[in-house]
Order: sequence, then C-alpha cells, then structure tokens
Amino acid sequence: MNLTAEESILREITDATCRAIQTAEIYLPGDVKHRLEQAYEREQLSVAREILGHILQNIQLAEEKQAPMCQDTGIPVLYVTMPDGVAFTKNMRAAIMAGVIKATEQVPLRPNLVDPETRHNTNNNVGIDMPPIHILPGEKCTITAFPKGAGSENASRIKMFLPTEKEGIKRFVTETALLAGGRPCPPIVVGVGIGGTFDTCAALAKEALLEPIDSMTLQEEAMCDEINSLGIGPMGLGGATTCLAVKIKTAGCHTASLPVAVNIQCWACRRATEEVEIEGIPCVN
Amino acid sequence: MRELITPLGDEIYSLHAGDAIYLSGTIYTARDEAHLRMQEEGIPFDPQGAVIYHCGPVIKDQEIIAAGPTTSARMNPLTGPVLDAGVRGLIGKGGMSAAVVEQLRDRGVYFSFTGGCAVLAATHMQLKGVHYPDLGMAEAIWELTLNKLPLIVGIDSHENSLFAEIDDKSKTTFEQMYPI
Repeated sequence: MNLTAEESILREITDATCRAIQTAEIYLPGDVKHRLEQAYEREQLSVAREILGHILQNIQLAEEKQAPMCQDTGIPVLYVTMPDGVAFTKNMRAAIMAGVIKATEQVPLRPNLVDPETRHNTNNNVGIDMPPIHILPGEKCTITAFPKGAGSENASRIKMFLPTEKEGIKRFVTETALLAGGRPCPPIVVGVGIGGTFDTCAALAKEALLEPIDSMTLQEEAMCDEINSLGIGPMGLGGATTCLAVKIKTAGCHTASLPVAVNIQCWACRRATEEVEIEGIPCVN
Repeated sequence: MRELITPLGDEIYSLHAGDAIYLSGTIYTARDEAHLRMQEEGIPFDPQGAVIYHCGPVIKDQEIIAAGPTTSARMNPLTGPVLDAGVRGLIGKGGMSAAVVEQLRDRGVYFSFTGGCAVLAATHMQLKGVHYPDLGMAEAIWELTLNKLPLIVGIDSHENSLFAEIDDKSKTTFEQMYPI
C-alpha cells in the first residue's frame, strides 16, 4: 500500500508519540538519575537511605523488565515543536492521540483519564479534550512526552501576588513544599512559573520541569536549599533530601499583577523527546 | 529484618514507628472509589486482620506490571469504617491524618512503602483475584499475595506517627525562617 506524504508523516507522528511515552515511562533521564545517586551518597539517616536505595533499585528494575517505573503512569502531557512554515494540523493532533492510545496498550499505561464530574474512565487516556498538547517554538518537528502523576500534581499551587510582593515568592515556594510534605513522593523537583497571565503562569511552571536538573541558577539553588532545610526527606520520613532541584521559568506580565505558580514533580521526573522527519510535506501557510 | 504474615494479629502491638519489616501473605488494594463502595455494600473480603494497600496497579494479561502505593491522605476520611470492621494494617505513602492515627490506636498500623517504586513492589507480588472490576484498573480491589515486601512502620498502634513528627519539625523550621 502506498501512503501519501501526509499519511506517512501522520503515521510517524503516531509512532513517535508512542515511543516518547514508552521511553519516558521506562527510562528516567540521566540527569535525574544522577541527582538521586548523589542524594543516596550524601544521605546519613538510615530510613532515608533505605528509601533512596529502593528508588535506585526500582529505576534499574524498570529498565531490565521494560516496565513503567511507576504505576501512576500519569497524564501524558505532550509538547510539540514544528519547523518554520509547517502548520500543526487537526490530523496531526489526531495522530498524536492515536499514539497515546497505542502507548496505553503497548507500554502499558494505566487508564487514568476520567470525566471530572461523573468520574467515568475513557479507558484509553484520551478524550474530553485531553491529554494536553502544547505547541512550543522550535526548528524541527519533535514530540516530548512528560507523564505527570497525580500525587505531585495535587500538591501544586498558584497565587496572584501583588506587584509589590515579590519578596514573598521564595516563601510561597518553600511553603508549597512544606504543605506537600511526604505526599508528592519526595525527593521532589519544583517547577516555578513567574509572570505571564493566570493560565500561562501554570504552563511556565510545568515547562520549567522539562529543563535538565544538573544545573541551577543562584536563585534556584537558594530555593532548593531552603526546601531541603525543612528536613521533610524522602517520602516525608525525614532526611537531607527533600528537593532535587528547583527550575524557574519567567514571562512578562501585566504591570498590575505578579502571578506565581509552583508545579511539584515527584522524584520520577519522566520526560523523553522523539524527532519526526517532516521533510517532503508541502508547507501550509 | 522481622517478617509479618497476614492476617495480622496482636503482633502489631510490638511494632514501633520507624521499624523496618517484611510483609507476606494476602493483601487487598483499595483507593477512593473502592472505599466508597465498601461503605455502601460491605467489605467483599474477610476484614479480620486484613491489610489494605492504597494502590491502583497496572495489570496486563492477569500479571502485575507495576504496583506502587498511592497518596494515602486521600483515604483519611474513608478509613474509619474499614478499621471498625477489623482491618489491622494499611500500606501506602505520605502518611495519614491525626484522626487516622487516633483510629489506629490499639488496633492497627500504617506501613509506608516507597512511592514510585512500582516495579520493585511488583517483583514481591502475585495476583490472586479481583473485586469490583467495574471500577476500572486503578480503582478496583485487587487481591494480591505478597512475598516479603520491605516496609517501614509509619504509624504504630501507640499513636506514634513518623510523618507527624517530621511534619511538626519542618513546620517549626519554616516558622523560624518566616516569623509571623
């Protein structure tokens, strides 16, 4: 069967989506693994060491058994970049959704997506305008899967500060970690969005979690140290490691407002990117 | 390390918050929806000495692929009735409220298993059966046989909660950082 250029690209988008989700669910990125190993080496408390040991053992077992590392396979939040001149079409959206359905069977993923009010499960992680697909600027066509579990998502917060209250941002971030305690599966990664509008601020906080965590700015490091000084520790049972990293992303905002969003991520900061060869498709302008 | 076998009995009184143990025997997963159903229709297994696992596993072809704990705090207001019925052990992550610590006094314990360690957990489990399959994979009650799952006693039957202790300390630290 001969496929048209569009059909073969759509098929590739479906496969790349499925591959990105599968990789994210099974393999923890190297930078995250490295931070966990460092934490294990540093930790003095025996309970905390035992927990971090379980986590490292689990990461290895997931790779060996090709199984998702956590049973909360999350909502697969998707980020797409497109090259200049290529539009993101309705068919491409459908192809991505097909990739999510494929991954649900293949990985497998736990069907997590329900109607918010009836709680009826769609059983394939797709439907009711979900999962979210964010289009980001880029030069190539890439699909990034960022499976987000509920334990950490539920501990996230947003606040509309007054423009004169910027001194309160750090306190708000630390307070969010304090209120979360052991519930979001610490050691956590903290994504902070500063600025934008109410909605984009939350999106910034999540995008910050896509950044590698092997380096931090001084501002990020100060926030990370302050969270760690709370002593919540792995799984909230005490210890030196509550937070692996803080990542901040900013955008401009209205002169009268200062939105701040804190998106909490569990230790399983899962993300993977796949590239799609898109040459040959006629540009849609 | 000490091994406990379900159903649990008076041996739980000798457990203290912070103890590391192995647990073996039959356990039952239950999350929000299953707890609500049990309140309406009664418990579909023998609750005497039983252990409930706050978990929504990934199951494929009757095999447990991944089965780590979910956040237990969601079950805070739903736990009293199962303890009244005779359940003596809970497994989950993140700890439970002061009300549950009180409800566990002289009758049960809460074990913590490392959140996210779903494949590690699955290597210590076998699937035995299912109740309420209509609730779906995450919310159904799955009957599992454990083989030496490593757990930490998070809340003992003497009103000691490792979580509450850490919570208090971190709250004090925060208040010192940001005095009101």
